[in-house]
Amino acid sequence: MATAAVSAERENYLNKEYGIRSWLLTTDHKRIALLYLVSITFFFFIGGFMALLIRLELLTPAGDLVLADTYNKLFTMHGQIMVFFFLIPSIPATLGNFLIPMMIGAKDLALPRINLLSWYLYIAGGALMLYAMVEGGVDTGWTFYTPLSTAFSNTHVVEAGLAIFIAGFSSILTGLNFVVTVHRMRAPGLTWSRLPLFVWAHYATSVIQLLGTPVIAITLVLVVLERTLHLGIFDPNLGGDPLLFQHLFWFYSHPAVYIMILPAMGVVSEVLACFSRKRIFGYGAVALSSIGIAVIGFIVWAHHMFVAGISLYSALVFSILTYLVGVPSAIKVFNWTATLYKGSISFATPMLYALGFIGLFTIGGLTGLFLASLGLDVHVTDTYFVIAHFHYIMVGGAVMGYMAGLHFWWPKITGRMYPEWWGRLAALIVFIGFNLTFFPQFILGYMGMPRRYWQYPPEFQILNVMSTAGSTILAVGYLLPMVYFMWSLRYGKVVGDNPWGAAGLEWKTSSPPPTFNFDETPEVTWEAYNYDQIPVPKEAWLEQ
Amino acid sequence: MSEHVMSSKMYYGIWITLMVLTVVTAAVSFIDLGPFNTIVALSIATFKAILVVLFFMHVKYASEKLTKLVIASALFFLVLLLSLSMIDYLTRYLA
Ligand SMILES: [Cu+2]
Repeated sequence: MATAAVSAERENYLNKEYGIRSWLLTTDHKRIALLYLVSITFFFFIGGFMALLIRLELLTPAGDLVLADTYNKLFTMHGQIMVFFFLIPSIPATLGNFLIPMMIGAKDLALPRINLLSWYLYIAGGALMLYAMVEGGVDTGWTFYTPLSTAFSNTHVVEAGLAIFIAGFSSILTGLNFVVTVHRMRAPGLTWSRLPLFVWAHYATSVIQLLGTPVIAITLVLVVLERTLHLGIFDPNLGGDPLLFQHLFWFYSHPAVYIMILPAMGVVSEVLACFSRKRIFGYGAVALSSIGIAVIGFIVWAHHMFVAGISLYSALVFSILTYLVGVPSAIKVFNWTATLYKGSISFATPMLYALGFIGLFTIGGLTGLFLASLGLDVHVTDTYFVIAHFHYIMVGGAVMGYMAGLHFWWPKITGRMYPEWWGRLAALIVFIGFNLTFFPQFILGYMGMPRRYWQYPPEFQILNVMSTAGSTILAVGYLLPMVYFMWSLRYGKVVGDNPWGAAGLEWKTSSPPPTFNFDETPEVTWEAYNYDQIPVPKEAWLEQ
Repeated sequence: MSEHVMSSKMYYGIWITLMVLTVVTAAVSFIDLGPFNTIVALSIATFKAILVVLFFMHVKYASEKLTKLVIASALFFLVLLLSLSMIDYLTRYLA
């Protein structure tokens, strides 16, 4: 039965050519997206495994599972792998790569070979990171703070720093490609004000990737040079300043959070509109708030340094600026909520993740304002409060958005549907597991449990046990989709071009799409999210 | 396309200028100019960077709006990085 379906299938990007060569030398944005998807999933499970080991160690107050040095390496490499080899490329390099050309009615990205090069750079960086890991790892924290990283650590700082340097270029090239593509390749009639919000979000993300990433890349090179050649950039004995490292590091690494969260916001806008059958409320405000976040996100970085010894006057300035970034974020949340109002809502899997995103991102964002206030920040700096805050943004936000997008576009990518019941179950497990893991950490942090410690006083144990229990539930929630996505490749129900009845050009071509996406270049005569003109499909997966 | 507006002679000329300036930077570092040590080194470095951007990166002959937009935003963010960092450095030791 499956064979009959395959032989009747029209030519698409998956069955056009077969063999390893056709994948490793491809310049098709859709195939490169899948190369990225497989690679980042690999790193996600490595980083996730380290997280489980960390949580297992913290099950008891004593440091009894791993050595203290090993623990340092575990949280360092968990952070480095998750941030630089999973979260940064997650949505842009997979869904962005796959969808942006289709959403704008183009045959491919503007620079297809640069796109392939970016994947090879990612793999080269990833390989070097793995090498650093098996050689013994790094223990500086993912932040590489000097003078620990330059003068005192005797672990593989040079390899890890260069690995991230290389992977940084893959990120720059992805951003470059998106900027050029969105400017140059839009279909006739597709004006900026008709672009899907997913594209707007990726455009803003690309600006950060292009302008921020070079700074961290060169900063890590300076760390490597100071470590090997004893330059005096960060060493006060030679006239350097260790805080300069933190300025340069956070100039990229605060906006990097928006590299992770903006694309997720783009996904949420698409999914919310589709499963409420409504145009996004305040389209223009949501689109421009992406640009607002990208720009304001660049002028808040020193909120990571309030207790590090920067001047009080600059701390005041950065505190106020940090509050500002709450404005465009809130604009998005309010407009999404207004979109739901009087919508015809169905709770399909992507929608469950998108709704989860809104709630968890809001908690993450609001606790970020706690940290922006100078007084409270002194109390909770470097505690589990900070850990909980940024995991609400990065896991509760970015990963939820990634999962929403993966489910939403899975039928477009593969031509087959994942099992909807299992999808909803996994979404529920992820939500419960996530909150059980990270909410107790807010309380732990407020009570004073520092981050990066291997042992803790016995009175913190109950909350830590809850957190560890949550992390195992979360792990199940992530393994389930892994299993049923694979299952669906063979056994999933074959779907038509537009199984959700969604707006957007990507749904007007076949599933999976042909190599050049469209048989003829589409002409756009309608506004984005014209759900009043699209009939609701009567599909099983939309039933309540 | 505006690819070949420059002669190879000019490329070599600029390359030699860059090399000479590198030697000058190294030479100057042996002379103690007091507070001007950093200023001189940074001025030479900035001048070299401008040469590279204008000629090797073809920015002097760029006519595309998009290219200009990219350059303008890059400069804008560089100014943000420098000026906001300076808020810290200039006021860190005020009582
Ligand atoms: Cu930040």
